[in-house]
Amino acid sequence: MQDQSEIIRLEADAVNSARTRQPLYAPRRKIFPKRASGDFRRFKWIVMAITLGIYYLTPWLRWDRGPFAPDQAVLIDLVNRRFYFFFIEIWPQEFFFVAGLLVMAGIGLFLVTSTVGRAWCGYTCPQTVWVDLFLVVERAIEGDRNARIKLDAAPWSFRKIATRVIKHTIWLCIAVATGGAWIFYFADAPKLVADFVAGAAVASAYVTVAILTATTYTFGGLMREQVCTYMCPWPRIQAAMLDETSLTVTYNDWRGEPRSRHAKRMALAGESVGDCVDCNACVAVCPMGIDIRDGQQLECITCALCIDACDGVMDKLGKERGLISYTTLNDYNANMALATAGSTHPVNPALVRNPDGRLSNKVANISLRKLFRPRTLIYLGVWSAIGLFMVYALLTRNRLELNVLHDRNPQFVVLSDGSIRNGYTLKLLNMVPRQRSVRLSLKGAFPAASMSVLGSGKPEGGAFDIELEPDRLKTIKVFVRQAAGQAAAPFQEFKFVIEDNAGGERADYTATFNAPETAQ
Amino acid sequence: MSDKHIDKISGVSTTGHEWDGIRELNNPMPRWWVWTFYATIFWGLAYTIAYPAWPLLTSSTKGLFGYSSRAEVVQDIAAADAVKGSYVEMIKGKTINDILADETLRAIAVSAGGAAFKVNCVQCHGSGAQGSSGYPNLNDDDWLWGGKADTIQQTINHGIRFAGDGQTRESVMPAFADVLDRKQIQQVSTYVASLSGPAAEQSNIEPGAVIFAENCAACHGANAKGNRELGAPDLTDAIWLNGSGEAAIAAQVKSPKMGVMPAWGDRLGETSVKELAVFVHSLGGSE
Repeated sequence: MQDQSEIIRLEADAVNSARTRQPLYAPRRKIFPKRASGDFRRFKWIVMAITLGIYYLTPWLRWDRGPFAPDQAVLIDLVNRRFYFFFIEIWPQEFFFVAGLLVMAGIGLFLVTSTVGRAWCGYTCPQTVWVDLFLVVERAIEGDRNARIKLDAAPWSFRKIATRVIKHTIWLCIAVATGGAWIFYFADAPKLVADFVAGAAVASAYVTVAILTATTYTFGGLMREQVCTYMCPWPRIQAAMLDETSLTVTYNDWRGEPRSRHAKRMALAGESVGDCVDCNACVAVCPMGIDIRDGQQLECITCALCIDACDGVMDKLGKERGLISYTTLNDYNANMALATAGSTHPVNPALVRNPDGRLSNKVANISLRKLFRPRTLIYLGVWSAIGLFMVYALLTRNRLELNVLHDRNPQFVVLSDGSIRNGYTLKLLNMVPRQRSVRLSLKGAFPAASMSVLGSGKPEGGAFDIELEPDRLKTIKVFVRQAAGQAAAPFQEFKFVIEDNAGGERADYTATFNAPETAQ
Repeated sequence: MSDKHIDKISGVSTTGHEWDGIRELNNPMPRWWVWTFYATIFWGLAYTIAYPAWPLLTSSTKGLFGYSSRAEVVQDIAAADAVKGSYVEMIKGKTINDILADETLRAIAVSAGGAAFKVNCVQCHGSGAQGSSGYPNLNDDDWLWGGKADTIQQTINHGIRFAGDGQTRESVMPAFADVLDRKQIQQVSTYVASLSGPAAEQSNIEPGAVIFAENCAACHGANAKGNRELGAPDLTDAIWLNGSGEAAIAAQVKSPKMGVMPAWGDRLGETSVKELAVFVHSLGGSE
C-alpha cells in the first residue's frame, strides 16, 4: 500500500521545540533551509519577481509632464515639496492622499490577515522577500541544506573561505543595489546614478545608501528569521487579527497522527497509524526553523513552504495532499472531532477515512465562501469606501487654489479722505505645470469697495489679471478700500475670487473687512 | 572558600553573594552587549581626542579635527551672505525706483527692510508701522514730507529736526499762546476743525478764518492743504498726527508738539536705508 523507500528522512529539529528548549538567553541556532518546490514555492517566486521588479524598476519609468515638471513617473521631490505619481501630482497640503493610502494599507492588512492569515509576512514583507533572495545566492554558492551544514561544521579551509567570501560579496552587492534603488525615488534617476558614481551626489544620498546597505545585509543575510521573531511587532499584532475562520498553515494531526517512521510495519501489526511518516521535510524547508507540527506559533510566517514539502511526500506515498494545509480553525476543529469521535478517543485516522482508504467526505475542506463573512466584508467595505472617496477627491480636486491672510497689524488704515483700507496677502497656487492667467475680483454684499494690487502699476479697480508661473505659488499684496461712511459693520465678509481666464477652474476665499467702530 | 557554588536548577555558577539563602547567578552578559559596551568606551575616548573636550587651565584641548562651533556659525553666516551677496550688490547699485520696478529685487528689499524696521523703527512707529499720537502712521496716504520713494529715502537718511545732520528736514511751528489770546485760539481751532468735519460753534468760524489767513496760511497754505516743503500738515483731511477735535487742535496751536526723527543714513548705511524706504513705500499708502 505505502512505499516509503523513496522518502528520505531528514535530521531536522525545530529551533523552538519544547524538547530542546534552552534558557531565555541562548545563542542562535543556525538554520539551513532546504530548497522547496511546489505550487507555493512557484507562487513565491512570482511574488518575489513582481515586488523586486517594482522596487528596482519604478524609478526608471518616465512620464512626460511638459517642460515645467520632471519626467520621472514616480518621484518624491523633497527639495521642491512635490510628489509625482504618473498622472498625479501632489502638493504638501494634499498629503491626506498619502495618509489615505496608508489608512487603506492598514485596513488592507486587516482584510488580508483576517482572510488568509499572515500572507503579508509569508509572501510580500520585504524581510521575507530579501531573505529569500539571499537564500537563493547562498544555495547557488554553498549548495543545499546538507552541503551547507557540512560546510558550516568543516574547519576553515581555502575552499570554505573562498565560498564565504564570494557569498558575502554577492550579498553586499545586492545590499548596495537595494540601498541604491531607494534614493532614485527622490531625485531624477539617470542623473543621480551618474552623479553617484562620479562622487558628485549629495551627502545624504551616500549616507542613505550606506545605511540601507547595512540594514539589508544585516537583516537579510545575517539576522534573517531573528528579525521576525524578536524585532518585528507584526507577528504579535497579526496574531490578534486572526479568528477561527482565518486561513492559517496547519498541520492536520487528525489525519497525521499517530506519526510513525515504521508505518508499514505498524499497519501490518494492526496498529493505528497516521499519514505523517515523520520525515521532517516540513522542518527542513522552514526558513524560520520551526516545526509546524507543534501547532500554530508566533514564529510561523505562513510562507507555506512546508505545505509544498509535505505535498511532495504525500504524492510519493500516494496519499491525498494536504496533511499540512491552509485550514481554518473551524474546519480543523470539526475534523479533529471527527477523528477523535468527539474527543472521546485519541486521534484515530481510520475515522476520517472510508473503507477504501480515501478521505471521508465528512472531512471539512477549505471553501472560498467561508472567507466571506461579516468581518471581512466590513473590512472590504471600509477599504473600498476610502478608496472610492480618494478617487473621487482626486478626480474632482481643484488645481487652482487661493489662500488669504488678512493683515492683523494694523487691522485697518484710515486714509486722508476718511476711507478705510484693509491689507491682504494672497497666495495663489497654480498646481498645474503650465502658465496660467487668472482674473482676481471681489464678490459679496460689499458696497463701494475697490482693490489695488501692490506693484502691479495699475490704478485701483474691481478686477485684476494675474500671471501665474507653472506649478508655482505666487504671493501678492492686495489692498481693499471702502469709501468713508460705507462700512456696514466693523466686520464685513466678502470673497476674493480667482478664475482661470482660459475658462475652467476657479477658487475663492471668504475674507473679512475690518473697520473702526466709529466709521459706520 | 574557593569552592564554586553551582546552582542546581540552572547549572550556572553563582557570584557567591547570598541574601536570605538566595544566590545571584553568574550569567555572563551577552557578547553583543559586552562588545557594544567596549565600543562605546572606545568611541567616547576617540571622540574626546577628535573634538574639543578636555579642560586645561585656561582653555581646552582643541581636538584633532579642529572643530569649533563658533567657526561653524561663522561659516554659515558667510554662506548666507554669499547667497544674499549678489542681491545686496544689486540693491546697492540701483536707484530706489529701479528696485521698485524689479519684482524680485523689490520683494528682497521689502523683506530686508522689514527686518531692519523691526529693529530700528518699531519703537516709535509701532510694529505694524501704524504709529500713535505724535508718531505718524506709515500705512496711510498722508505724508508730511512727501510719500514718493525717493522722498521717503531722503527722510530716513537725514531724519527730521535732527540736530546732528546738516541736511535734516527742518521746520518750526511757533507757539501761538504768545501771539493770540485765548478767544482767538478758540476761534481758529473751531475754524480748522470745521475744515474736515462739523463745527460746534458756528459763530467762531468766520473770525477764525481771518486769524488763519493772517497767522497760519503762510505755512499751511491759504486752503489749509499744508506744505510738504515745510512739513506743514494738511489740515483738511481725516488724519491728525496729534489728535483730532477742537481741543487737540487748540493745544497744538498754543504750544505745538514737533516730532524728531533721527537720521539713519550714517547709522545703517545707504543700502539698509534704501531697503527701509522700499519697505515703507510698499506699505500701501505711498505715492
